[in-house]
Order: sequence, then structure tokens, then C-alpha cells
Amino acid sequence: MSRVPQSRVGVIGAGHGVFGRRSDATVQELAFEAFRAAMQDSGIERGVLDASVIAAVPEYHKQRSVAGVVQEYLNLNPRPTWLTEVACASGSAAIRTAWMAIQSGLHEVVAVIGCQKMTEMETAEILALMGRVGEVQWESVFGTTFPGYYAMFAQRHMHEFGTTHEQMIAVAEKNHYYGARNPNALFQKEISREKALASEPVSSPFCVYDCCANADGAACLILASEDRARDLVPAEKIVWLDGVGCATASMSVLRRPDLVGLPSAREAARQAYAQAGVTAQDVQVAEVHDCFTIAEIMAYEDLGFCAKGQGGRFIEDRCSYIGGPVAVNVDGGLKAKGHPIGATGVSMAYEIVHQLRGECGERQVPGARVGLTHNVGGIGQYTFVHVFRKD
Amino acid sequence: MFSWFGKKSFVPYTKVADFAVHLKDGRIMGSVCKSCGYRTFPPRADCPECMSGDFAFTEYDGKGEVYTFTRTTAAPTGFEDVAPYTVVVVELAPGGRLVGWLGETLDHATVRIGDPVQVVPRIWGEGEEIKLYFTVEAPGTTWHRSPAPHLG
Repeated sequence: MSRVPQSRVGVIGAGHGVFGRRSDATVQELAFEAFRAAMQDSGIERGVLDASVIAAVPEYHKQRSVAGVVQEYLNLNPRPTWLTEVACASGSAAIRTAWMAIQSGLHEVVAVIGCQKMTEMETAEILALMGRVGEVQWESVFGTTFPGYYAMFAQRHMHEFGTTHEQMIAVAEKNHYYGARNPNALFQKEISREKALASEPVSSPFCVYDCCANADGAACLILASEDRARDLVPAEKIVWLDGVGCATASMSVLRRPDLVGLPSAREAARQAYAQAGVTAQDVQVAEVHDCFTIAEIMAYEDLGFCAKGQGGRFIEDRCSYIGGPVAVNVDGGLKAKGHPIGATGVSMAYEIVHQLRGECGERQVPGARVGLTHNVGGIGQYTFVHVFRKD
Repeated sequence: MFSWFGKKSFVPYTKVADFAVHLKDGRIMGSVCKSCGYRTFPPRADCPECMSGDFAFTEYDGKGEVYTFTRTTAAPTGFEDVAPYTVVVVELAPGGRLVGWLGETLDHATVRIGDPVQVVPRIWGEGEEIKLYFTVEAPGTTWHRSPAPHLG
């Protein structure tokens, strides 16, 4: 098992661009929006940066080796950079590797940029990619899809625990409620449960409103060693990244112990809580990976916010709204904010940083001091759980 | 040969390519490690336990139960012409799971998790190339089998 680090890593700046169908901008221009916002937020000079880590999923971009064009456009040459890719968890992988680079002593101040342009592909290319989400040797040959996989988790959850489709749609209703109050979100409007339940079927039991949407967008964090963080910015600005958990599970759904949760999420949460010295009950605000409605319900359980099987009841009782035991996805989540896959993990961290600094206006979780991100790659092949804390 | 497996093949090469030859002859094969006896389905050439690369095919009778399923309306490239279709994960009786399509002896509106089923090897119509798959059928559904030659 890993050693407990002797010093901390702090987030000293966080920036976010507008998520959506950004036919006005290239991927590097999207990255610049988030980078500029993060630099302005931190107040530091570019010369302070030692390196960058860039998160993106390469197969969506026309530009090959996207880190190169982003690094140039941000005017960060000749500093080192590298790309992290673990599907939809790429952003959190970038944060984790920046944390590692700082803890190793190799670098002291690192910019993490998550960026993704998903709408430059033709629909036919997207549909072809969608057909290769699963394990291609034994599963994709039967036309399995991304919503189809989570739908099969949903069927098991309904079978084992009596979870209902209406409870799943309640997740979408909550996330759209908060998305309507987030100026960076793709869908800034509330939805009615009745209309959502009546939307087009996708893969049973899911209909359109159970699924998040592809989007273009970027988000950026500036991370620094404990000493440099205290030198560079006022203490009240620093949010500490005190727990970095990461675990994997089989690519194939055929080889999972169960299909009512993500074993990688349970293990990543255990690591992150232990490292940060907190429990699930200490978490006041969380960003969880709601790529499909059932995924948020399973996240409540895998993270220990409620017992396994109680996730449907948890949302039905509005426990994950502001005012409940833990506010979840109060930026709209993937569902309403949109899901530019390389940017999502960094976007989650952006929201938690601003929540812990008390800067979220009508979406603010009062008095939040401990926050968490839960970022899943694929169908749980990779999960990263990060615990953030404000002193 | 493995290109025969699936409506659309993504990886035509594998060390367990003979899986498709057996499937064409009506047999569903998992693997057993010749070194430590580890059995698994789908088959794999390299033992995840003892790391041996020496394996044999072992036949499964296709009996199992519905583990989970979904009726897919929004199909990816290459599957538009068969949509909507019902993808079923079957838990095989001796252990191991497979993905298949719900066949004509069962109804997607009434199938339930836990229902006993029979997995049946199928050959896709008459065509220039062989395409193999399985369907998930009511217990007792029979299919044509070729005589068994040596296994593995």
C-alpha cells in the first residue's frame, strides 16, 4: 500500500469554460478559456508554472497528439507536458499525475488542463465509436452500447433492490434543477419528471433523459506543493487535495462480481477516505459521475453516502439536494452540464474548489469544508475518487 | 476464423480463434488451463492464475439463466438493420457469463432476470461469409450439432 505523504498538494487556481456545442472554437481555444480563467483566479504569473498535464480522449479529435497543440497555444513551451487517457476519467488521471509529480519533488507548480472537442466528428463516426465502447472480442459483436451497459446495471439494481425508473429520473430532475443555475452548463433549464419519463426509449429501462450528452469544453486547475501554495496565494484561497484514490475493474461486464455497483469506485473511495483521514459522513458536497441516472444512484452507495441498495430511496428523499446530508452534483452534473469526456474530471474538481471557497452563489452548499469528486472511466474500468478540504 | 464470430467482427485474430470453428459445429467452448485446471468462459489462452499459456477448450452445454438484459433501440454502426434487439447476459450453469441476443422462443416483454435459458449457437443466414452468433432461448430448445471431432 502507498505511503502517507509528508506534505500536502494545494489547488491554487481553477478555471472553467462554457460547455456545449462549441462550433466557434478549436480544442486549443477551448483549453485557453479555462487556462486563462484559472490563471486569473490564482493571480500567478505564467513563469511560475513548471509543467502541464493535459487530459483528452484522442479518438475524438481531428488533431492527432492534442497535447502538443494545446501546449503551444497556451504558450507553455518548452515546459514538459504529457497526456493522460482513461476514457471519461482522463481529467482525474491528469490531476492524479500532477499530484504525483509534485509529491515526487520533480515539479512544484503544475497546470492541469482537461479539454475535449466532441462535435467535430460526423454522426456516423460517433455511432461507429459507440459500437466499440465495450469489450470488442466477446461483447461489441452483439451491438452492445454505452447506455446499454448502464441499462443492464439498472435492470440488476431494480431486480435486487426494487429501485424504480422513476427514482432514476429523479436524479435527472435534480441535476437539471441545479444545471439551470450554472452559467457554464449545456442545458440550463429545469425538466419535469413526467416529460422526462415520456421521452424516447434508448435502451430499456433508459429513455433520453436518463443519459448525459456529449459536449465540447475545458476546465483547468493549478496545483502546487504545500510550500509554494502558501508562498503564491493567500491562505483562504487554497483548497487541499488530501486524498487521491484510484482503482480498476474488469473491462468485460462478464467478469464483474456483480452489476449493482462499481468495485473500482468502492476501492478508490476507501483509499481516498483513508488518505485524507475522513469518512463518507464527513463529505458535505460531492461531484459524482452521473453519465446515466443509475450511475449516480450507484455512486451514493459505492461512496458510502447510503447503504448498498438504498440509493433510489436516497434521491427520492431528496438527500442529495442542498440541505440534505450531502449535496451531489449541484453544478448540474454530467447530465445537465454536458460531458466533454477529457474535461469532466477537471470540471468536477473546479466545482468542489469553488464550493469549498464559498463562491457558488445560489448553488452554494453552506459551510462546506470537505468535498469529493468521483470520476468513472467507461463502465467502471477505472474510478478516481479525490477528497478536497478547506482549512 | 475468429472473424466468423459476431455480426460485425472487430478482432479477427486471437489465440482462441478455434472457438469460432467449434461454434460453427454447434459447440460452445470455454477454456481450461492444462497446468492448474482453471476453467473460464469466455475462453482465454493465458491463465490469469498461474500464467501458463497451455490451454484446452472445454465444452459448455449452454444452460444457464438470465443475469441481465436490455432492449436496445439506439443501435451503433453495423447493427441498425437488426434494431431494436435485446442484449442478454447469461450466467452459465457451471460459471462464466456470455453476451447473446434474445431469440425467437422468448419475448422481450416477458423475459425476467433469473429465468432459465438455453444458449443456442447460430449461423447467420446464407451469405458469402460465415457469421456466427448465439441466441438465448427457452429451455429445451435444440439445435443441429456436427459430430464432435477431437476437442482442443
